[in-house]
Amino acid sequence: MDGSGRLPVFRWIHHVTALPSNPATRDATRLGRPKSVSARVLRERIIVGTLAVAACFSILVTTTIIVVLARETWGFFQFDEVSVGEFFGSIEWNPLLGAEKHFGIWPLVSGTLLVTAIAASFALPIGLISAIYLSEYASSTVRATLKPALEILAGVPTVVYGFFALTVITPLLSKLSPAFGNYNAMSAGIATGIMILPIVCSMSEDALRAVPRSLRDGAFALGGTRFDVSVKVVVPAALSGIVAAFLLAISRAVGETMIVALAAGGIAQITANPSAEVQTMTAYMVQIFLGDAPAFGVEYKSSYAVAATLFVMTFVLTMIGQYILRRFREEYD
Amino acid sequence: MSAPRSAAGRLLANRAFLVTCLLATNVAMLVLAVLLISIFWQGWDTLSWKFITSFASRKPSEAGILAPLMGSVWVCSICGLVALPLGVGTAVFLEEFARKSRFTRIVQTNIMNLAGVPSIVYGILGLTAFARMFGALGTNVDEAITLGNEESLLFLRLPFGSSVLAGGLTLMLVILPVVIISTQEALRAVPGSLRSGAFALGATRWQTVWGITLPAAIPGIMTGAILSMSRAIGESAPLLVLGGLLLVFNTPENLMSDFAILPLQIYNWAGRPQDDFHAIAASAIIVQLAVLLLFNGVAVFIRQKLQKPLQ
Repeated sequence: MDGSGRLPVFRWIHHVTALPSNPATRDATRLGRPKSVSARVLRERIIVGTLAVAACFSILVTTTIIVVLARETWGFFQFDEVSVGEFFGSIEWNPLLGAEKHFGIWPLVSGTLLVTAIAASFALPIGLISAIYLSEYASSTVRATLKPALEILAGVPTVVYGFFALTVITPLLSKLSPAFGNYNAMSAGIATGIMILPIVCSMSEDALRAVPRSLRDGAFALGGTRFDVSVKVVVPAALSGIVAAFLLAISRAVGETMIVALAAGGIAQITANPSAEVQTMTAYMVQIFLGDAPAFGVEYKSSYAVAATLFVMTFVLTMIGQYILRRFREEYD
Repeated sequence: MSAPRSAAGRLLANRAFLVTCLLATNVAMLVLAVLLISIFWQGWDTLSWKFITSFASRKPSEAGILAPLMGSVWVCSICGLVALPLGVGTAVFLEEFARKSRFTRIVQTNIMNLAGVPSIVYGILGLTAFARMFGALGTNVDEAITLGNEESLLFLRLPFGSSVLAGGLTLMLVILPVVIISTQEALRAVPGSLRSGAFALGATRWQTVWGITLPAAIPGIMTGAILSMSRAIGESAPLLVLGGLLLVFNTPENLMSDFAILPLQIYNWAGRPQDDFHAIAASAIIVQLAVLLLFNGVAVFIRQKLQKPLQ
C-alpha cells in the first residue's frame, strides 16, 4: 500500500491503461522503444550478439575453404598414381591423356605465371600512369568522364573479355604474326591485362590522392615542375598503396578463370613463348568441372590440389600486400 | 640523380610525361571503345525480342536467352537477399560496436583475404558446402531429404544440388567481402560528430546506429551494394564449378530448380568454333552489358543526387 491508497494491482492497471494518454510515452511506444533501462540493455545485447555472429561468418567461410581444400587434397595424395614428391617435383602434367599419367603442378603454374606476366607487364605501367594523370593532372571535367569509363571497364564480366580475346585480339595477333594460333597466351594475357587495368588505376589513384596537399605545395615552392612533384614526391609518398594495388591486381590475374578458359588453350606446358598455347591452373579446373573426367577419380580429385595451390598463391600475395600497407604506410595527418 | 638539371630540360621532361599520361589514359578509353564497337558489330543483327524471349536451341538462329536471363535474375536475387544483410551487419559490427581488439583485427584481415580469393575457389566451396553438404546427407539425389511440396515456391531438398538456391548462396560468398568493405567505407565517411551528438542525447549505441549513422551512410552503402550486385551478375566461374553448363529449357519455378545463367550461356556459345554462335554470344553480351549499364547508372545517380555533404 502506498500513498495513493490503491492496491498494487490497480496501480499497475492504471499504469498500463494510462500510458497512451501521455504524449511523451505514446511517442516512445510508437517508436517501439522499450521503456526500462534493463530492457534496452537486453535488446542492445541481442543486437550486438546477432551482428557478432554475422562477423564470425566470414571466419567460418575461410575455415571451411581451408578445411575442404586440405581434406580433398589429402584424398588426392592417397591415390597410388600420385605423391607429394611428384606433384612438386615432376614437370609433366597430363592427367587426361597418355598411357602414363603425370601430376606435376609446374606446367600449370608456368602457364598461369606467363599469362599473369603478360597482363601485368602492360596493365601495371599503364594503370599507374593513368592514375597519376587522373590524380595530379586531370581537371575535374576530365575526371568526371574518365572515372565512369573506368568503372564500366571494371564491371564488364570477365567472360566478355574472354570473348573479346577470342574474336578480336587473337585474329589481330594472327595478322601481325602467323606464329599466333587460335589459342595463345598473349591474347589471354592482354585480355586479362585489360581486366586488371581499372583495379590498378583506381586503387593507385586512391593512394595518390591520400597524399596531403602540403607535400605537393612544398615541392612546387622549391621550383619543381608538375612532373617532378608527381613522380619524385607524390608517387614515393604513396608507394605502399601503389604496391598493394599491384599485388591485388596480380592476384586477380592469377585467379582469373573465364578469359584463360576461352582464349589460352588447353596444353599444359612449361614455356615462356607468348604465342604458345598454355593451360593455367584455373583453366584446368574448368576443364575438370565441365565433366571431362569421371567424378571421384584421381583426375577429378587433382583439381582440388590445383585449387589448393591457387588458394595458397593468392593468399600469400594478399598477405604480402596487407603487410606492406601496414608496415610501410606513411601517416601524414 | 638522373634528372636533367637545366630548366629547359626539366620542362621538356614535364611535357613528355604529360604526353605519356594522355597516351596511357587513352589506352583505356580506346580499349573500351573497341570492345563495345566489336561486340555491337557482331551481335546487333541477331539481337531481337524473339532472342530474349525464347529458349535454348541447337540451331543458332532459333536460340534465345530466356532461361539464362531468368536464371540470372533468380540467382542474383537470392545472392543479394542473403549477402546484403549479412555484409552490412558485419560492417556495422566492425565499425560501430566492436572495440579494436585482436579478434576484430583477425576478422578484418580475414575479410581482406577473402576479397582476394579467386572466385573459382568459392565455386568449390559452394559445391562442397551447399550442393553436396559435405556428403553428410548422402551423395545420391534419390536419397535427398525433401521438405515441403514440390509445387510450392519454398520446396526444399537437402542437399541442395546444383539448384538456384545453391547458386545464389555460392555467389553470396563471392560478393560478401565486397559488400562488407564498401559498407565499412561508407560508415567511416560519416563524421564522428553526428554520433557524439546522438550519444549526448542519451541514445544507446544501437539507437545511434539505426537512427543516425545508417541513414547518413545509406547512399554509400547502396552504391557499394549495387556495384557488388553488378559483380554478381557477371560472375560465372563459381557457378560453372557448381553445375557445369546446363542446357535448361524452363525458367526456375522454385528454389530447387535447375538453372542456367547469362554469363555461362555466353561462355558456352563463345567457346564454339562457328561464327553463328559467336554472333548470338555477342547478342547475349549486349543484353548483359545493358543490365550492367543500368546498374552502374543507378549507382552513379545515387552517388550524385543523394549524397549530401555532411561536414
